[in-house]
Amino acid sequence: MSNKYTEDDLREELKTKEYEYGFYTDIESETFPVGLNEDIVRAISKKKEEPEWMTEWRLEAFKVWKEMTEPEWANVHYEKPNFQGISYYSAPNSKPKYDSLDEVDPELLATFEKLGISLDEQKKLAGVAMDVVVDSVSVATTFKKTLAEKGIIFMSISEAIKEHPELVRKHIGTVVPQKDNFYAALNSAVFSDGSFCYIPKGVRCPMELSTYFRINQAGTGQFERTLVIADEGSYVSYLEGCTAPSRDENQLHAAVVELIALDDAEIKYSTVQNWYPGNAEGKGGVYNFVTKRGLCETSAKISWTQVETGSAVTWKYPSCILKGDNSVGEFYSIAVTNNYQQADTGTKMIHLGKNTKSTIISKGISAGKSQNSYRGLVQISSRADNARNFSQCDSLLMGNECGAHTFPYIEAKNKSAQIEHEATTSKIGEDQIFYCNQRGIDTEKAIALIVNGFSKEVLNKLPMEFAVEAQKLLEISLEGSVG
Amino acid sequence: MDLKDKLVSSFIAFENMVDVESAVHDVRSEAIKTFEDEGFPSKRDEDWKYTSLNSVLKHDYSVFPKQENAIEYSDVKKYFIHDIDTYKIVFIDGKYSSHLSQTTHDSMDVCLMSSALAKPKYRLIIENYFNKAADKNSLSSLNTAFSQEGAYIHIPKNKVVEKPIQIIHFSTGNESALMLQPRNLIVVDENSHVQIIERHQSLTQNPVLTNSVTEVFTNKRAIVDYYKIQNDRQSASLIDNTFIKQKRESHASVHTFSFGGQLTRNNLNFYQNGERIDSTLKGVTIIGDKQHVDHNTLVHHIEPNCESHQDYKGIFGDKSTGVFNGKVIVDKIAQKTNAFQANNNILLSDKASINTKPQLEIFADDVKCSHGCTIGQLDDSAMFYMRSRGIPEKEAKALLMFAFSNNVLDSVKIPEIKRRITKLIANKLGVSIGFDL
Repeated sequence: MSNKYTEDDLREELKTKEYEYGFYTDIESETFPVGLNEDIVRAISKKKEEPEWMTEWRLEAFKVWKEMTEPEWANVHYEKPNFQGISYYSAPNSKPKYDSLDEVDPELLATFEKLGISLDEQKKLAGVAMDVVVDSVSVATTFKKTLAEKGIIFMSISEAIKEHPELVRKHIGTVVPQKDNFYAALNSAVFSDGSFCYIPKGVRCPMELSTYFRINQAGTGQFERTLVIADEGSYVSYLEGCTAPSRDENQLHAAVVELIALDDAEIKYSTVQNWYPGNAEGKGGVYNFVTKRGLCETSAKISWTQVETGSAVTWKYPSCILKGDNSVGEFYSIAVTNNYQQADTGTKMIHLGKNTKSTIISKGISAGKSQNSYRGLVQISSRADNARNFSQCDSLLMGNECGAHTFPYIEAKNKSAQIEHEATTSKIGEDQIFYCNQRGIDTEKAIALIVNGFSKEVLNKLPMEFAVEAQKLLEISLEGSVG
Repeated sequence: MDLKDKLVSSFIAFENMVDVESAVHDVRSEAIKTFEDEGFPSKRDEDWKYTSLNSVLKHDYSVFPKQENAIEYSDVKKYFIHDIDTYKIVFIDGKYSSHLSQTTHDSMDVCLMSSALAKPKYRLIIENYFNKAADKNSLSSLNTAFSQEGAYIHIPKNKVVEKPIQIIHFSTGNESALMLQPRNLIVVDENSHVQIIERHQSLTQNPVLTNSVTEVFTNKRAIVDYYKIQNDRQSASLIDNTFIKQKRESHASVHTFSFGGQLTRNNLNFYQNGERIDSTLKGVTIIGDKQHVDHNTLVHHIEPNCESHQDYKGIFGDKSTGVFNGKVIVDKIAQKTNAFQANNNILLSDKASINTKPQLEIFADDVKCSHGCTIGQLDDSAMFYMRSRGIPEKEAKALLMFAFSNNVLDSVKIPEIKRRITKLIANKLGVSIGFDL
């Protein structure tokens, strides 16, 4: 992606596009029959040549899932997906492995080109390794060599199950157990692929690891499973970015992300989510029901940064379990909703260890007829002496048909806890717009400027490449929301 | 038989004691159905997530006190704000006590719900206001079903009530366990002004459960100041449901002082049905032992240009638990709303806990809404400052806690109440200083 993106480019773009990434790559896919039962779970597992314990693990999850009902407490309304009407596996029907880019389906390469993440360019852009996931199978991995030299394992999770079963078996499901919630159980039973990352003791990962997820096959929900393990004293920054083709049919996405930061380790996990939000009438769009959680051992740190601009319905609470003493959890979020989008997102900070700290900065921007909710939990257990939390949730409303909601839960069981929570709701001031207009900045640009300022605290936390993309996304998402 | 079944079957007995032909009785019959369907709330209900009624509901409460009980004024004088002249509406075990009360019909009505329900001259007011503000959840419905006695206050147009009105409920403990369901209706007409003090006091260690509903209507430009003093014995529990419906340019404030009781739940609801309304909700909670205080507030901004101010302070010691659940809803048309909410808490012990959930639901864009919430401890450097100047630890702590809650006391308009609360706080903190340094 070019970094020289200017305001004029944006205007040009706004004129021409409805949904930038709304295209569909026609690759022959191998798709399973629709519906879900034990046989399908077994078949997925067999297809992926998984060992016996993994199959059993999936079946266990499936058993629990059958007993569960969909959660309804979130402040979102949507038509329930028909879980028996979804095909649970699809893989690009090319050769399963590639040694070089030349072997990759040219049509796929074109897709990446359109996405602005052409592998060639990525290769040149030193510092970013891509584990590209189109639909469910990992098709290309770059910079694997550099990483291997450091002892870093970065591969798709299905490969990891085969090549590093001891690591996967030890850690999978420890942070998000199979029976954690409805969608996590579903994911555990049917996950098709995802990324696995292991940083050995004391290693500082030299580049930002990143994956791109795309939903590419009509009627297939994507169920990624990501597992990141940072061993003692290591550091990794992980980027996840998503775009999806435009579809009329609602698509389900239920991912699970587990982060494990062992003693003194640090994980920085950044997400830019820009899936198809449905059209201006609220038709179509992706359902995004994600379970993300990290576990911090002693003096470890996990930092979640997310920019959520897409999806028709978002249900997502990246959380930190601050188990070890002196561990730190952070959550920085921008959630933008426009038209008929609904987002119910936030975080959970569970303070278990002593001297644990957490910071929550959440910025919600609602426009059009959208509903944007922040839902968060800060829990201080009785053993967590000197725990410290600071939360700030700001909402920006554009127009009087949208809504902003905050549902913070704060539970303190220790007298030495210090918790602060602040929330404000406001709109873009007429005086602010006037000030900009007066200086020759038109209203649309002025809004972009103000929104960027409003979100700055979070944008600043993103890695450079993402920050540029995120800023652009914010502007595009709010297109036409000014009256 | 559990309490729910007992209550439902007592309703038939209750029907023998009241006029079943009246319009109010239709409301009652409907309400008991709602209660029968829903039962008591449990922790599964989102609004009761942090408060369990189990420990309170296990007693075998008598629903109708059998006899009239009398108490001497000298025995209970300390529970009154007695150093100023006030109107008094006093109930003993749910029955009106005429010799302790001082009511009036002189140009306004400060009297009893039972007589207002019975006499035709009040019919219009009852028809227009009774059960028009209360919500239809199970506990308010339970109260509505058994609504018979309580305070009835009607202040006509352009009247400033010259002295405060005290509503006091005593329970004597002549029953081994008693459940009370007082029902108050307060209607304040245009430009009028009234101050009300409410208190529930149990005189023995026998368990008492009070499920009270108060409906307040403030018409155009009316001013209502409501003070709730909750300093009951450990054996008493209170579920207070207060609904305040405001018309344009009216001001209503409710101050809640929670120092006592086993379990106290305050459901305080404000509905702003007009423009330029001002609502104030403030509270101080200081508790210890195994006490539990739960403040559940709702401010619903329905019309433009209104304000609401919430400020709740809590100090929790020993094994006490506190809950604050504050909800602010701003409707789409309620532009230019200013809504503020603050909840500050201090935990004094490792066994104490606080759960707070300040909620904003906003559908209008041109509003200023904020909430702040803190949990912390007393400032060590401030403690050191005072200790180094010879103030003993206990007194220094008390001073800091008093200062912490002073914001709320500042807006109390009756000096005698302020003095009384200050004394209660000193008692509660176990010091004998006056704080008016």
